[in-house]
Amino acid sequence: MGRALLDTPRDVAPPADTAPVRRVSVVAVDPAAKPAPAPREPFDWRGLGARVLPPLGGVALLIAVWALATQKSASFPTPLATFDAAVKLFSDPFYSNGPNDQGIGWNILFSLQRVGLGFGLAALVGIPLGFIIGRFTLFNRMLSPLISVLKPVSPLAWLPIGLLVFKSANPAAIWTIFICSIWPMVINTAVGVQKVPEDYLNVARVLKLSEWKIATRILLPSVMPYMLTGVRLSVGTAWLVIVAAEMLTGGVGIGFWVWDEWNNLNVAHIIIAIFVIGAVGLLLEWSLLAVARRFDYS
Amino acid sequence: MLVNATPSINTRRTLQIEDVGMVFPTKRGPFVALRDINLEVLRGEFVTLIGHSGCGKSTLLNLVAGLTTPSSGIMLLQERELTGPGPDRGVVFQNHSLLPWLSCLDNVLLAVDRVFSENEGKAQLRERALAALDLVGMSHAVAKRPHEISGGMKQRVGIARALAMEPKMLLMDEPFGALDALTRARLQDELMKIVATTGATVMMVTHDVDEAVLLSDRIVMMTNGPAATIGEVLRVDLPRPRVRVALAENRDYVQYRKEVIDFLYMRHSHVEKAA
Repeated sequence: MGRALLDTPRDVAPPADTAPVRRVSVVAVDPAAKPAPAPREPFDWRGLGARVLPPLGGVALLIAVWALATQKSASFPTPLATFDAAVKLFSDPFYSNGPNDQGIGWNILFSLQRVGLGFGLAALVGIPLGFIIGRFTLFNRMLSPLISVLKPVSPLAWLPIGLLVFKSANPAAIWTIFICSIWPMVINTAVGVQKVPEDYLNVARVLKLSEWKIATRILLPSVMPYMLTGVRLSVGTAWLVIVAAEMLTGGVGIGFWVWDEWNNLNVAHIIIAIFVIGAVGLLLEWSLLAVARRFDYS
Repeated sequence: MLVNATPSINTRRTLQIEDVGMVFPTKRGPFVALRDINLEVLRGEFVTLIGHSGCGKSTLLNLVAGLTTPSSGIMLLQERELTGPGPDRGVVFQNHSLLPWLSCLDNVLLAVDRVFSENEGKAQLRERALAALDLVGMSHAVAKRPHEISGGMKQRVGIARALAMEPKMLLMDEPFGALDALTRARLQDELMKIVATTGATVMMVTHDVDEAVLLSDRIVMMTNGPAATIGEVLRVDLPRPRVRVALAENRDYVQYRKEVIDFLYMRHSHVEKAA
């Protein structure tokens, strides 16, 4: 039963579906995509073009369809109108006119803070828990059914519990992030521990290493890549959940901001928010990928 | 039976295996892997275990390493009963089993640290690890990670790791099995040199007849499984140092080789005949 849970491919494998998106954006944004060539070799314009033009084409296509679709619409803003609104919005991202009217920069930072707290707590609990489940069959059998049941629960279902227990919106939002982002870390860490090569454990046994040395010199480095995949999935989940949670709890945050702008019927701002949320999520993912690359020993 | 063809009155016994058997529980009832294993290894002796795959030679080595516990019988290492794995036996694994996140030096240090850190300082431990790497000719790659060096080099570091603990015995499980023929030959030659300088007691699993005859003082030939046991023990009285090229035409060498091949392919090529 535990095995069936822990081998769920969706959680274990790095999310393949996000890969093409990532590639596209790397090319479009990353300045490293056009490195200085060796002095004698002619610059590979065609190669660069082949990598830069298609993503630009994709964006152009989206904007074109958007522009066509909104030509005669009064309620849905055109790309140009949205762009104008964005320029105005980002010209002063950190203004503050009281708790219900703050710049988009503040909203993003408040959301990131909640995500950081909820996710950080989840890592603090989830990673050790994953180690325990992976190392001891008893705990695996004990906890796997619970995890199987709790994992697919929607974040919004957890929110009332948080409100009830903490009697306040902000901790409830953090709690929701915590409970939703903990599972990928628990599961991936546990799988990583179970997949520590038998050879390494045999080395530990013939050397009679202490439990501490086994943990620091063999388990941790060996589990690290799995763990980081879990962390990456968790951060992604946390960022997904925050918008929904903030819509319900209010306060300052990008999710609340989206809801506020909906109430103001400012659709351009909602569209901007969607792009901003996507970009921040992407940045989170990149930074964790960069960390993961440092711990790849193969 | 030919078990213990050379009864020892010598006190230099390093390893004694007495009536050891190994039964694995399986879904279809108990599986007898080994039975009635009796063997003694003297100090400084080089013993190889040879047999067809599945004959339990690796199982026997794992028993001596303490990675598995025998179902019956006892094993003594220098008159003390073996109850589990320990650094008094240096194990060289077939696939080297170096930790990929540690440098060669740190891999060896991990073992050295375990054995000597109570009495020695950091500098001394480092000295030991460097000496072990020097012994196997790996001084040039001390700071390299395992994935940066070749398969043969990895196996050298594996040997250094085992030797650096100054074990009472070196246990090698087909250490050169995964290497190409030329690399294997070179490592065999170097192993002979290392064993000559250190006086190590070695038990090695192999399925290579030439390797067994070249390296061994005694070759332990195992019958086929299930319920495998020691079929014959062949003493190899070739003078050392042994030189590969010269041995190829040595009449004794050819004879020893033939005896092993006879055992493996004429008398024990089928399970039915072995039983």
